[in-house]
Amino acid sequence: MELYQMTIHELSEKLAVKEVSAKEIAESVFARIDSVEDKVKSYLTLTRDIAMEQAERVDKKIANGEKVGPLAGIPTAIKDVMCTKGVRTTSGSKILDNFIPVYTATAVQNLLNEGIVMTGKTNMDEFAMGSSTENSGFFTTRNPWDLERVPGGSSGGSAAAVAAEEAIFSLGSDTGGSIRQPAALCGIVGMKPTYGLVSRYGLIAFASSLDQIGPFTKDVTDCALVLNYLVGHDSMDSTSVTIDKPDYTKSLINNLKGVKIGVPKELMTEGIDSDVKKAVENALEILSKNGAIVAETSLPHLEYGLSAYYIIAPAEASSNLARFDGVRYGYRVPDPEDLMDMYMRTRSEGFGDEVKRRIMLGTYALSAGYYEAYYGKAQKVRTLISRDFSRAFEEFDVLVSPTSPTTAFKIGERVADPLQMYLSDICTIPVNLAGLPGISVPCGIVNGLPVGLQIIGKALGEEMLLRVAYSFEQSFEWSEKPRLETRD
Amino acid sequence: MEYESVIGLEIHVELATESKMFCSCSTLFGEAPNTQTCPVCLGMPGSLPVANAKAVEYVIKSGLALGCDINLYSLFHRKNYFYPDMPKNYQISQYDQPLCIDGHIDLDMDDYQTRIGITRIHLEEDTGKLIHVGGAGRIAGAEYSLVDFNRAGVPLMEIVSEPDIRTPEEAKAYAQKLRAILLSLGVSDVSMEKGSMRVDANVSVRPKGSTELGIKTELKNLNSFRSLQRGLTYEIERQIKALKEGRLEEIVQETRHWDESRGVTSTLRTKEYAHDYRYFPDPDLVPMEFTVEYIEHLRSQLPELPDERKQRFIVEYSLPVHDASLLTSSKAMADFFEETVKLYKGDPKAVANWMLGDMSYYLNTEGLEIDETAVTPKHLAELLKLIDKGVISGKIAKEIFPEMFETGKLPQVIVEEKGMTQISDEGEIAKIVDLVLEENASAVEEYRSGKERAFGFLVGQAMRLTRGRGNPQLINKILREKLQSGISK
Repeated sequence: MELYQMTIHELSEKLAVKEVSAKEIAESVFARIDSVEDKVKSYLTLTRDIAMEQAERVDKKIANGEKVGPLAGIPTAIKDVMCTKGVRTTSGSKILDNFIPVYTATAVQNLLNEGIVMTGKTNMDEFAMGSSTENSGFFTTRNPWDLERVPGGSSGGSAAAVAAEEAIFSLGSDTGGSIRQPAALCGIVGMKPTYGLVSRYGLIAFASSLDQIGPFTKDVTDCALVLNYLVGHDSMDSTSVTIDKPDYTKSLINNLKGVKIGVPKELMTEGIDSDVKKAVENALEILSKNGAIVAETSLPHLEYGLSAYYIIAPAEASSNLARFDGVRYGYRVPDPEDLMDMYMRTRSEGFGDEVKRRIMLGTYALSAGYYEAYYGKAQKVRTLISRDFSRAFEEFDVLVSPTSPTTAFKIGERVADPLQMYLSDICTIPVNLAGLPGISVPCGIVNGLPVGLQIIGKALGEEMLLRVAYSFEQSFEWSEKPRLETRD
Repeated sequence: MEYESVIGLEIHVELATESKMFCSCSTLFGEAPNTQTCPVCLGMPGSLPVANAKAVEYVIKSGLALGCDINLYSLFHRKNYFYPDMPKNYQISQYDQPLCIDGHIDLDMDDYQTRIGITRIHLEEDTGKLIHVGGAGRIAGAEYSLVDFNRAGVPLMEIVSEPDIRTPEEAKAYAQKLRAILLSLGVSDVSMEKGSMRVDANVSVRPKGSTELGIKTELKNLNSFRSLQRGLTYEIERQIKALKEGRLEEIVQETRHWDESRGVTSTLRTKEYAHDYRYFPDPDLVPMEFTVEYIEHLRSQLPELPDERKQRFIVEYSLPVHDASLLTSSKAMADFFEETVKLYKGDPKAVANWMLGDMSYYLNTEGLEIDETAVTPKHLAELLKLIDKGVISGKIAKEIFPEMFETGKLPQVIVEEKGMTQISDEGEIAKIVDLVLEENASAVEEYRSGKERAFGFLVGQAMRLTRGRGNPQLINKILREKLQSGISK
């Protein structure tokens, strides 16, 4: 088994006993990148030199007998929506093509402090708007399971990098499903923590009240390990929660005795591919066998989730993206005639179609006279959905559903129909609206493509989430891997 | 037809916090451009605001001092519009739930009292500053423009009055009283010169007795109390003239610029299109919730406010209302008064007389504030003591004052340098009186024939001979004795 194929916990054990060095691990991962990146196109920017320096530093520490944590020396890919000091950060947009941040996002810094080895910045839908990574301002990332298909989005680059074994783990961001959906489509583990649990400082905002950073990992154990270092109060983010940080690895318990699992019927009906549904039903059986009590439940307002989301997220985005105007950084149109011309042409040329579409939607939704009818109403729906979840959690410990209604679709298949594309996140969006944690774990293969199981927890209920996910993972035979070598 | 004006003021006050509203950058004034900045106040991608608790506290204290109700639940909104001096292209401000609502300021005008309502006080962040290069410093015609973000993100409190103000004098008195209150709170240096207090005025006119509002204009660039009064006076006259002469097209809802040097207002921008700021709650900031205990704690910390101080001056120092009112119109004046009284230990009214008389005269002449001169309470107290001890006369004191004001020398020093000591030696005075009696025989005759007026003339002659240094009480006494005894040598 090659080093790049291993998990964090496997590698950190080998590092601890000096069986391998961080440099060897990094070399293995970069060799893998060299061999498959042309096909997958996960990365927007590779940071090989930085990675090698970081690996050497870890090796030096270990050689000096210093104690290092489990993330030290682990090659990590970062979604290009998180600021990294001195390293180009584009948010997938041409408007930030030349942007080099002067500071590093807190979440990334927390991991850097633990000694991660940064392999590079991964491709994404522009400003995290999209469900396929086809909206990247640069190029489309491919699904390692089938290069003709999308990896999901918007964190498609980060998901594909882990699935293609071009990174041991990666960070993504999830506004309406952008971690869980690509994790499902790429057959890996992806988690969106409770809103506020991971600092958003340095995360280039799409929709502030929904955005959350989270990990992509090869298994649930790695997810718990990364979470241990991602979580923490940040005085730079006023929405950051203050809690006593648990050790999430203690939640890796293979036992579901007495755990109550609800299945919202609204997420198992029309629009869900029948094979996907079958895979989820199979997963529910496994969970029952492990001691869980599984029952159907209803969240009646879920059907309005998508509509509310496509008001709230664009509204916030229209304001968040106003700063990209060519005045201080990023792209500026050459030779503008005057200020207004500079603003308009810079933004017209710098932003892609999906971003412009959402800015217009959001601007309209917030405009005088329409605010109450759209934004105000959407916020009320949001409250109703939160209440639906609260009510369900009075009865159940977690809720379970498919992560994505379908497996990975073909590149170009949904590009012409934005509404069809928006449906890709129908199962994940309500979780963001309610600020809850959600995780996607692989639960089957349909026509050679992975299916994801979404587990939704109570606010700050990551421990139960991990326990259910871990138990499932332990009982579910999952040895499939994308076979990139044999494909072109 | 008689017209009256309706005026409402919007006053922006920069708070005297050490750090900015949403980041920890320094608020120091006058530093090199863009040196007081960080990713947050530059609106760099990914940066997030965190509210400055001190600024919130300052606004609540201001609200309490202005009789406002404090909203226990308050939040920040985004006000969206594009402008290069605004890093995020939205300003974090407050919209429908400002920190403070429904306050007032009571004004003592010369011959009446009035109450001006305060609609709201809210907190927001300041913007940066554009510097236009070429094109005479205006954006039109400039070759290029530079932006200094040092002020971007400095906490700004906006105090919006009701349209209760009827005259430019009231507007000025309102702004001055507001300044005095905020100074006593210590929440801002409230300097119009440094731009930490900025006044915009909304003004309209209407036939007297009408309750409808006329079309208003907004006056900008009122950067001194004088400009405020003059600008309003001009604008009101302009509007009344246009109404009287039927040129209604000259009054449109617009923003007008007050040109202090030319003494006129001119159109800055008309409402070509209505602004749609698309206010919505800032999702990066959690709503603010306060307990009644917290508000009451802040209330208990309020210092003595100008109105309370005025009442105390009337009671404690037995001052007339008018004196107390003037002395407490500025914190510096009131502090100066109390410090002087403490050092002097004499009649507070004498201190008030000097401060509202000679001192105010010289301050006005020089255009200075009381704390901008070399004169300290020690100076005035010493001067008063010298008079009381009979070392100098009140007349000499009036001569000493301007020199003291100009040089900052203590009165005792000036008296010694110039030999202005009062002559209080009975023997010496007697000699002078004798000389006066000898030289003014006719006046002596007149006095003896019952003309009391001649006595004053003789006193004056004695003062003249001493070049003002003779102790007037002593001259009086000795002259009276000698005239009555009938003895003259």
